[in-house]
Amino acid sequence: MQGGAALKYSRNPLVLSGMVIGAIAIALQRLGNPPNMGICVACMIRDISGALGLHRASTVQYIRPEIIGLVLGSTISAAANGEFHARGGSAPLIRFFLGFFAMVGALVFLGCPWRAILRLAGGDANAVLGLAGLISGIWVGVGFLKAGYTLGRSHRNEPGSGLVMPALMVVLLLLAVFAPQMGTADGARTGPVFASLKGPGSQHAPLLASLVGGLIVGVLAQRTRFCTVGALRDLILIRDFHLFSGIIAFFSTALFLNLVLGQFRWGFVGQPIAHSSQLWNFAGMALAGLAFTLAGGCPGRQLIMSGEGDADAGIFVLGMLAGAGFSHNMSMAGSPAGPGAFSQIGVLVGLAFCLVLGYYMRRTDLGVN
Amino acid sequence: MFKKVDARGLSCPQPVILAKRAMDQFPDEGVQVWVDTGVARDNVERLARMRGFTVKVRTEGNAFILDIGNEQ
Repeated sequence: MQGGAALKYSRNPLVLSGMVIGAIAIALQRLGNPPNMGICVACMIRDISGALGLHRASTVQYIRPEIIGLVLGSTISAAANGEFHARGGSAPLIRFFLGFFAMVGALVFLGCPWRAILRLAGGDANAVLGLAGLISGIWVGVGFLKAGYTLGRSHRNEPGSGLVMPALMVVLLLLAVFAPQMGTADGARTGPVFASLKGPGSQHAPLLASLVGGLIVGVLAQRTRFCTVGALRDLILIRDFHLFSGIIAFFSTALFLNLVLGQFRWGFVGQPIAHSSQLWNFAGMALAGLAFTLAGGCPGRQLIMSGEGDADAGIFVLGMLAGAGFSHNMSMAGSPAGPGAFSQIGVLVGLAFCLVLGYYMRRTDLGVN
Repeated sequence: MFKKVDARGLSCPQPVILAKRAMDQFPDEGVQVWVDTGVARDNVERLARMRGFTVKVRTEGNAFILDIGNEQ
């Protein structure tokens, strides 16, 4: 029993997983994924949103198999370990909009917390501002949590409700493989499914490599609860370094491999798929960090939970998918040229939403009874 | 007599916050925390052990019950 407990609380599996996830991210870049984007949950969901025609930014459209692998890897791992439980019903509509605005913020910065770390590991100094924003957003979210913020309880559901997200991933995989032309333009067949011919959407590892990479990350993250937002949150909230050790391993491995492969380049200017508008790098990630904290975890973690049968996390992911569509359609997404024409408004509306939510969704009767 | 905290169905990190508050409030009585996910179980158990409490975990239906006591 003691040995089991020691193993469960040992940081070794988490550190090892962080190292493997970092190595997979760099490997996927070598195999064709965009620079500092071996794995980026926000960017990859944005690309899927474009592939499905939810936005028409022609450079960021591709059904990223990594996302499919993450969810299905989690489902397989959860099922094998008796942790697949269909559950949901904790303020789903609010979770949709938390996902929506988390995506708006992440796309102003151009990356999820995982990519923020990968960008720093590649020498992109702009990521420092993004990470500072992320920590600030999490810090504000922790304040709300301490004051009693809650979205209420989820409840067990029939197993079918937990299988919706894994099934959706199977459908996405079929769309990726067969790439049907389901739309018409000027009388000719066209997408969706769209696939970028240039830009980040056209840069990708082979489908099978992406899928297998995603599956491995999905299994590891499900087993170890790897979560970037949770790591920073636990540090601020209870001075617990457990999850943070995984993040350090992830960053260190990516940094080491970038140095070895000669692709580390420190600086603010000319970084791949990044801009140097520091106020909005900071503010975008502050919004994302706050929204992730109010929803209970980073976007990678939300994908993993959606694979474990958590329909609330599934709704959050669908909110991200919709948020990506609106971000590009309404010029709220950033680009290497800088923030979009309406990035500032998107971030401010998102912050207002999260602050009002954090303040009003409070209960003090959930403690000892 | 354990003080009971029902953290079933709550998102991370609310089970940890509720458990921590109860441990602070009732360090001598002991705290019984109910959760329903493996993540919450592990997080609350880790917190309790970090703070030097003994922890006994058992399952009841869909729930994990953690009996957290003071070693002294």
